[in-house]
Amino acid sequence: MRKPLNILLVGVGGQGTILATRVLAKAAQDAGYDIKVSEIKGMAQRGGSVVTQVRLGEKVYSPLIAEGSADVILAFEKMEALRWLHYLKPTGHIIVNDQAIAPVPVLTGAATYPADCLTRVQQSVSNTMVVDALTIALECGNPKAANVVLIGMLAKRLPIAKETWLTALKARVPERFIDVNLKAFERGFNL
Amino acid sequence: MKELLSGNAAIARGAYEAGVTVAAGYPGTPSTEILENFAKYPDIYAQWSPNEKVALEVGAGAAIAGARVLVTMKHVGVNVAADPLFTLSYTGINGGLILVSADDPGMHSSQNEQDNRFYALMNKIPCLEPADSQEAKDMVAQGLEISEQFDTPVLLRLTTRVSHSQSFVEINEPGPKNLRPYAKDPLKYVMVPAHGRLRRVFLEERTAKLKEYSENCPLNFIQWGERSVGVITSGISYHYVKEALPTASVLKLGFTHPLPEKLIKEFAAGVERVVVVEELEPFLEMQIKALGITVQGKDLLPSYGELSASLIARSLAAAGIPAAEEYLAPAVQPEAIAAQLPGRPPVMCAGCPHRGVFYTLRKNKLIVSGDIGCYTLGSMSPLNAMDTCICMGASIGAALGMEKANPEMARRTVAVIGDSTFLHSGVTGLMDVVYNGGTSTVLILDNRTTAMTGHQENPGTGSTLMGKPAPEVDFEALVRAIGVKRVRTVDPINLKELDRAVKEETAAEEPSVIIVKRPCALLKKAGTAPPAEVNKEVCINCGLCLNLGCPAISRQGDKAHVTAIQCNGCGLCLQVCAKGALVKRGEENA
Repeated sequence: MRKPLNILLVGVGGQGTILATRVLAKAAQDAGYDIKVSEIKGMAQRGGSVVTQVRLGEKVYSPLIAEGSADVILAFEKMEALRWLHYLKPTGHIIVNDQAIAPVPVLTGAATYPADCLTRVQQSVSNTMVVDALTIALECGNPKAANVVLIGMLAKRLPIAKETWLTALKARVPERFIDVNLKAFERGFNL
Repeated sequence: MKELLSGNAAIARGAYEAGVTVAAGYPGTPSTEILENFAKYPDIYAQWSPNEKVALEVGAGAAIAGARVLVTMKHVGVNVAADPLFTLSYTGINGGLILVSADDPGMHSSQNEQDNRFYALMNKIPCLEPADSQEAKDMVAQGLEISEQFDTPVLLRLTTRVSHSQSFVEINEPGPKNLRPYAKDPLKYVMVPAHGRLRRVFLEERTAKLKEYSENCPLNFIQWGERSVGVITSGISYHYVKEALPTASVLKLGFTHPLPEKLIKEFAAGVERVVVVEELEPFLEMQIKALGITVQGKDLLPSYGELSASLIARSLAAAGIPAAEEYLAPAVQPEAIAAQLPGRPPVMCAGCPHRGVFYTLRKNKLIVSGDIGCYTLGSMSPLNAMDTCICMGASIGAALGMEKANPEMARRTVAVIGDSTFLHSGVTGLMDVVYNGGTSTVLILDNRTTAMTGHQENPGTGSTLMGKPAPEVDFEALVRAIGVKRVRTVDPINLKELDRAVKEETAAEEPSVIIVKRPCALLKKAGTAPPAEVNKEVCINCGLCLNLGCPAISRQGDKAHVTAIQCNGCGLCLQVCAKGALVKRGEENA
């Protein structure tokens, strides 16, 4: 791998974006890559959007992914997918969770949630995968595992062995939630 | 062993390994996690101080006593600590002292984006700028050595992207903790004018020695590449340059005050064209130009906001400098689309005790002199209940100024300040109100923590950074001791009582303080009650409840709706609904 692989994770505070990032970073570390991770999370607790950036390769300099140069966007919410799409490179992949979380301007009626988020993403990116991660996570026993369903889908598409992912997952997820998360990862991995 | 650490965690580790035994600071994004991480190490002492000035004074005392010391704050905190800093430069230290300034280019969570490297210039002290976590860790030890060798505090300047990005760090065992002996030396440590004048000469001698050190310091180094363009850079910008201009010659400066003049001249002579790439102010550029060297910098790159590899590549390519192709390619979608989407602004959490306060202030059409903390979100729609917010502690002084300028404003203005912020620098403003005959009404929003930065302890919370129980400040007694006679404490969840208190206190023609007390909704001690529900038969879709800006309340179809998993049952919306359509779960059939 000559150029670093750039992965952008976008979501809303509370969706488990940070945990997903930590699983990804751990798997990449165990796989022997140089890594840089960047988080802007300061106000995420207060309902803001969460963006984390992971870059892995033989040698990584900048912790930031440049606009138009993300190889993969993992979107935990569909409007956030649209918001960050300008970071994707023309040949990039996007994995979108088919879930809408209304921001406060929408809740109060000051703005409208766009009805066609998915269509617009699909029209722009030929490599779009859409998943209802929340329903799958519920089937696995805990709606909070939706982030791990998405990590499973990402895992299938990165040059890191599945065993390494499972080790990383076990290292980063609280022990009592391991079973649910292993199930969620498996479901995502097989999509 | 290598660990993936944030720059902040790396600073903490570096301090631990280098034998730092005393650390102090005031929380502020992006600096907060440094002390939070450091406090977990064994056999050290770490504390939150009420403000940055006190933190640096504690650090100064500890260093003079012989310990190695770390003091941390965000960029605007150094303004508060500037008073002791300027004289600490004169006295020097005994044990090493590092002052961390975490600057915030792009203002991710700050009210301005000042470039604190100028504090090093003005104080005549060394400035170190790490580019990643490993350098951040290494520069703590190197900075402490410089500090002790040259008898000076050292400014370690981070930026948000260094503080909050993670990269690999080599972890080592901690070295010995040496407490240097203390020796009485009034000529050095008692800064009366006669002594100060002697130390002023020492400052010049020290600067000359530091210049010499800078020339040979391994933190400053050249990476020769193509000679058509040479880039002089520091901090995180170095990594952007390595990506944007992978073949260029680079002079990487880690020790940026005082600058290595000979090294810069040697570099400039070895390339055809010199460009300085630095975030924010032309700090390096101005000084390099003063050496008589022709460089470009801010004529090509902005002096505000953050840089990035793509911004550097595009700007320099436009000036005829060859840049990496991948940063010049078009994206799949223009950025303009993002700007058209509904924003996702931060909001007060469901159940936040501040919500009722701003609802009440707005209802009473009051002018609100605000302050820094979660409650600054009271300025956002739909509450829109804040008129000014300048810096930590400014709310009370500004309210006094308003009434002095226009007496008509006195009865319709309040100052709003949090518990931690009041203890930081609000208490002096309140003294000013009492002393100078003001009649301001001050609301102290006591949510039992420093919430905005992630729940740090303060002198009012009853616990220290290291988890020890501590005496709690009695806000009522404190305020009375200053001379305020009208003091009352109310629960912000009781809107009627709050409304009465606000009306009575703003009407009173003397200083008054309302302590609005309820724990932050995210604290365990806040607890939760059954969530609210909408009785759809009673709801007339008037939208009154939506004015609260609660993230748990929305409109679904033509009725209000409460999202049960978000709601913490604070009950505010029950009091706001004129029709009684909002009820606690399980009560609608009662």
